[in-house]
Amino acid sequence: MKITMKDVEHVALLARLELTDEEKQEQLEKLNQILDAMEVLNQVDTSHVEPLAHVLPINNVFREDELKESLPREKVLQNAPDHEEGMFKVPKIV
Amino acid sequence: MEFCQLTIHESKKLLENKEISSLELTQSSLKRIEEVEEKIKAFVTVTKEEALAMAEKVDEKIKKGEDLGPLAGIPAAIKDNICTEGIKTTCSSKMLANFVPPYNATVIDKLLGQNSVIIGKANMDEFAMGSSTENSAFFATKNPWDLNCVPGGSSGGSAAAVAAGEVVFALGSDTGGSIRQPAAFCGVVGLKPTYGLVSRYGLIAYASSLDQIGPLTKDVTDCALVLNALAGYDPLDSTSVNMDYPDYTKYLVDDIKGLRIGLPKEYLGEGIDPQVEEKIKEAVKKLEELGAVVEECSLPHTEYAMPAYYIIAPAEASSNLARYDGVRYGYRTEWAEDVLSLFCRTRAEGFGREVKRRIMLGTYALSSGYYDAYYLKALKIRTLIKQDFDRAFEKYDCLLTPTAPGVAFELGSKADPLAMYKQDVCTIPVNLAGIPAISIPYGKVADKPVGVQFIGKAFGEGTLLRVAYTLEQNSAETRIKPEI
Repeated sequence: MKITMKDVEHVALLARLELTDEEKQEQLEKLNQILDAMEVLNQVDTSHVEPLAHVLPINNVFREDELKESLPREKVLQNAPDHEEGMFKVPKIV
Repeated sequence: MEFCQLTIHESKKLLENKEISSLELTQSSLKRIEEVEEKIKAFVTVTKEEALAMAEKVDEKIKKGEDLGPLAGIPAAIKDNICTEGIKTTCSSKMLANFVPPYNATVIDKLLGQNSVIIGKANMDEFAMGSSTENSAFFATKNPWDLNCVPGGSSGGSAAAVAAGEVVFALGSDTGGSIRQPAAFCGVVGLKPTYGLVSRYGLIAYASSLDQIGPLTKDVTDCALVLNALAGYDPLDSTSVNMDYPDYTKYLVDDIKGLRIGLPKEYLGEGIDPQVEEKIKEAVKKLEELGAVVEECSLPHTEYAMPAYYIIAPAEASSNLARYDGVRYGYRTEWAEDVLSLFCRTRAEGFGREVKRRIMLGTYALSSGYYDAYYLKALKIRTLIKQDFDRAFEKYDCLLTPTAPGVAFELGSKADPLAMYKQDVCTIPVNLAGIPAISIPYGKVADKPVGVQFIGKAFGEGTLLRVAYTLEQNSAETRIKPEI
């Protein structure tokens, strides 16, 4: 077993996922199965290999800092589950 | 000719000769959908009224003698993770079931700029995570060749809609094989372009370093026509490449004399259906007859691609999908006491099983203490995989492999996640290396289509179109149609 129930609960909190007990059990089993299958990667010596996060030789793409029209407020809010006075509304924070 | 068999270039000719109007084409598409959609279930949304209005507009422009481009008036389906302004874009997820984008993806602006007619939004695996379209939160799409089988995934709706003749072409997206594998399963042509060739602006992100949008079409000529429309630099996508883009139809040449094709041995043998392998060998023979030089070669790190992908893609997904918090758009739980429970419950209720699994896997691989062992390790493997391809392309113009390890499988037959992940063994390495690949049909096994995949060097789409076109022109095996 690579990961324990405690790991599952910790990762679920990091990922902001509320899981039922049944789901936690399933995650525990399947994640361990999947991580076992990844073990094969350790057969490869990568001590002298650079990581590749991205295939293109493009770095730090900047644009001019110019004022441009943005989406109108109604359009930005049209998909919001809840909004009031032109703002997104969420439960009380403090 | 029946509408359901028309290609883009054939439709274009009928339009030019005034033998058909765009409105009639669109009506035929909608009629076909009415006839077969109950069985196929390729669409999440059919935009009938908008499509008819668009077609009428195109007809007016044609009447005025405007030059409208090769896709004008042609009915298309769009995978439901590509944003369409004013048209629901759901990612086949409960999370986005009511999401109506306030803007178009760049590829949609490009299609509309060419006066293409959008018929509807195609079903997919939720957030493009899956290889069968069974992970859609709404319903499973069926394979037009065998309604008991899956169409492949994640662009299963797009592939099935084209194969069933509900539309003339479709757009899909490919992160680990999601255009090519369903193209193979449904007997159509699917191309994953080089990373950076097509703008990802407005494509709802799954794994940003791997995702690419591409065409699903009925033949290779259509593939080039749609690629012409999609490819190009876009300042709105910082990974879009600023270069001169060729006219891809110029590569539709029936000649591969002297073309050097590598046959990587790691893509045959264990894990590949022997009958599929037999078809690949038939394709090799045909290519040799046509003058190509085919040689066995080796991509030694191939077996590590799948495990590396299932670390990298979920890691990127866990970050990309953090935006679904029930605040700005998408689903929100009714049971939130505070902001933390708002986030956790919204995501618990809004995401399906496979999406949760990949978010968990990715979060774990990126979490403190495991980052080096999993994520960094996978990125190093990615380097080795890319180097394998670089070396092969010193010697070969393109590579030939099966697109998938088998043909379309029965619905519900791959319940285990690892069994499903293995569907992508032949397609994943291409995404990790950022290079292009095309799948075209090559005959049938057990009455279901087989796909052959040609893999090219970065920005080598032209060579892929040339070899695929030549094979298509010279073999009836590439022109197969289902009966529904």
